Amino acid sequence: MTTYRLQVNGKRHAVDTDPDTPLLYVLRNDLALNGAKFGCGLGQCGSCTVIMDGKPVMSCLVPVSSIGTRAVRTVEGLGGSDKPGVLQQAFIDEQAAQCGYCIAGMIMQASALLEKTPAPTDAQIRAHMSPNLCRCGTHMRILRAVRRAADVLVKGEKR
Amino acid sequence: MSADQGRRRFLAAGGALTLSFAMPAWSAQDALPKSLDKTPWLDAWIRIDADERITVFTGKAELGQGIKTALLQVVADELRIAPGRLTLVTADTARTPDEGMTAGSNSMKDSGAALRHAAGQVRMRLGELAAARLGAPAAGLALKDGVFVAPDGGRASFGQLVTGQELHLRATPQPAPPAPGLTTAIGQSLPRIDIPAKVTGGAAYVQDLRLPNMVHARVVRPPSQAATLSAVDTVAVMRLPGVLKVVRDGRFLAVIADGEYRAVKAAALLARAARWETPAALPVHPDVKALVMAQPAEPANILERGARVQEGTHFKATYTRPFQLHASIGPSCAVAQLVENRYTVWTHSQGVFPLRGALAELLGVQEDAIRCIHVEGSGCYGHNAADDVAADAALLARAFPGRPVRVQWMREDEHGWEPFGAAMVAQVAATLGPDGRIADWQYDVFTPPHNTRPGKAGNLLAATHLARPFTPPRPKPSPQPEGSGDRNAIPYYRLPNARVTHHFQPKAVLRTSAMRGLGAYCNVFAIESFMDELARAAKADPVAFRLRHLDDPRAIEVVKLAAAKFGWPEYKRQPRRGRGFAFARYKNLASYCALAVEVEVARETGLVRVTRVSSAVDCGEIVNPDGVRNQIEGGIVQSASWTLLEQVRFDAARVLTVDWGSYPILRFGQVPDKVDVHLIDRPGQPFLGTGEAAQGPAAAAIANAVFDACALRMRDLPLDRARMRKAS
Repeated sequence: MTTYRLQVNGKRHAVDTDPDTPLLYVLRNDLALNGAKFGCGLGQCGSCTVIMDGKPVMSCLVPVSSIGTRAVRTVEGLGGSDKPGVLQQAFIDEQAAQCGYCIAGMIMQASALLEKTPAPTDAQIRAHMSPNLCRCGTHMRILRAVRRAADVLVKGEKR
Repeated sequence: MSADQGRRRFLAAGGALTLSFAMPAWSAQDALPKSLDKTPWLDAWIRIDADERITVFTGKAELGQGIKTALLQVVADELRIAPGRLTLVTADTARTPDEGMTAGSNSMKDSGAALRHAAGQVRMRLGELAAARLGAPAAGLALKDGVFVAPDGGRASFGQLVTGQELHLRATPQPAPPAPGLTTAIGQSLPRIDIPAKVTGGAAYVQDLRLPNMVHARVVRPPSQAATLSAVDTVAVMRLPGVLKVVRDGRFLAVIADGEYRAVKAAALLARAARWETPAALPVHPDVKALVMAQPAEPANILERGARVQEGTHFKATYTRPFQLHASIGPSCAVAQLVENRYTVWTHSQGVFPLRGALAELLGVQEDAIRCIHVEGSGCYGHNAADDVAADAALLARAFPGRPVRVQWMREDEHGWEPFGAAMVAQVAATLGPDGRIADWQYDVFTPPHNTRPGKAGNLLAATHLARPFTPPRPKPSPQPEGSGDRNAIPYYRLPNARVTHHFQPKAVLRTSAMRGLGAYCNVFAIESFMDELARAAKADPVAFRLRHLDDPRAIEVVKLAAAKFGWPEYKRQPRRGRGFAFARYKNLASYCALAVEVEVARETGLVRVTRVSSAVDCGEIVNPDGVRNQIEGGIVQSASWTLLEQVRFDAARVLTVDWGSYPILRFGQVPDKVDVHLIDRPGQPFLGTGEAAQGPAAAAIANAVFDACALRMRDLPLDRARMRKAS
């Protein structure tokens, strides 16, 4: 066991864990954050997507010992059910979930896009979301939700 | 004497409490909705507390299909109260009615109908109580927001009226008259109550359960179903930090640790420490057709009408579907705890009551020593590994009593060991008469089981791996009209001369069970592809050809609506593109679904992409229109994934498709540009369910569109790039 100091959603945490433990397990089990999900452990599905230093990463592939001082953001950092963030609200407005297991990862993947590319084209959204798998077939709604969030954010900036 | 029996005696003694609704005499033909007949006590479904809390109980489970929200809407309207005032308790063997499986698109038909009926009678009963309390006739009372108001202004709330056993009454068959005033919930696209937690990282899934003192376990599966464990050295594994126990019982091998990733690592080491004998026990055939046709079958005619017709033009074709996966995004998970000889199992099983029965047999205990509580999991789309992982957790809880044991499968476990969707072969022969109508239809479907759900311990994977293994019970096909492998094998068209035979194969090469739509997916693919072939042979428009053979006005309406919304008559074909149509009424007794699709085919690469879809659905009375759209839209996209990409592959020894690389599913780049769902509402008509209505029609419409685009008739699923290139 080693102690790691992590910055997650703007808060500092000290975590005692084995160095090879992937970030996903630290988030879920040590920090009790439900958002990132175990899907494959192979970096193939995106259920565990979080943002690290502004980039989307699959947290099942990131050993805790490799994180260093890089800031981690999860879906919990965007807002809660009492006060959802813009992307979360867009997913609620579009009812863009069925089972919802992939959705937190989808939202973080989309969040990374909108931070860099505030007014993405539909083709850019599709290409960017491609690493993330959904099995319920909610894709059309997910695309609409990302579009909606982008539009809301762009309008907000113009005001 | 059980509590229920006690109450019954109490009720029998208190004549004043027997139910005496002021309503027209009910006819003897009226029957209770099925679920209510099984659990007829009103307070088993709806409980009202003195603090005005209203709790609704359903034996069905939320699977991501939105059932919680829709059921609350039904009850809210009957009680004339806002849905937000209601709390819903779903499938829990200790608390809710037993409604069997949450499956078959039956939840609105079963639980929706039961709750509507029960809630109506609760409202009537409350009205009587209010009338007595307020000294005014029940008919003159207004009801709003859970309060009855008399003409003189007297008020009585639900909570004031129910102080004891007032709702412990048997439901009666006559439905309550409609509540006065307008409905406010049914027919509205109420936002789903489960979505906010799912998009914000709230605790929403069994995977998110974190119980005090919980430990983590992983199971090391054999390399194949036939593999035997010759030796395992557990010394090194036991030395790993955090490892609490290694459990071995026959071929069932698992490790329990104090942390989840420690369990993952220990299981990986345990897997390397295990020596397996892996015989080449799987049959190797050149294709799905040869594989399926080589299995012994029990033919049964499910339709024999008229006689064979010789006059006309004869056609025949064979269609196949490979083994396919439910392929949940989140591997299956369960938590189990054994405390003082009683088990609690948190599970995403579709049937907590049947699972409890199977676990009781597996563990050798009475059913009442086990409580199974449904907690949502990743979408299952049928019988996936939910029950199997619950069995793993229960066995490990027995081996490690006292503490909650959480087990989640790894990706390769889920892909490799879930019960697969069945490989099938459908052979069709038909005669086209000189009038351009189908004169004769012969259909043979060959299929392994589509239902090996528990019920029995032998249906649980781990139970078959123990030193004293349980044997899976002999699978049985479900009878028509719902059917299982023969679901939708009988066309919904007017066919004066027809024979349909279900060749049920009790023994599957690989374990198979219920997957969204069961046999309907392949049968509708075959029937609707062949309808397209016949239409072309008859030089008829595929939509017109279907209408020529349909009698049911509701079927005709969905076909016409889908065609109109797609712009079928005025469609202009672009290069590399084509259009296809398909229709089915799910199970021939549930929802009607028609869809028209356009695809784009790149023959050089073999890539087929669906560009747009227009669908029409009639599912009876619609409770939540957006919920229906979400289900149909999802069904179409998922079916497109099955149809374009998916097949389980295996060699003589083992399953080879064990991750998303070897078993790819649809990604964003390949999803349609547009999917429209057009609804036909039938207020007052029974709920027909929607979850599985689109699977079959979507497959056939895509294949028909591929033919329209490039003149390749694809009769073997999937229409993946390799197969498309080979056909080109």
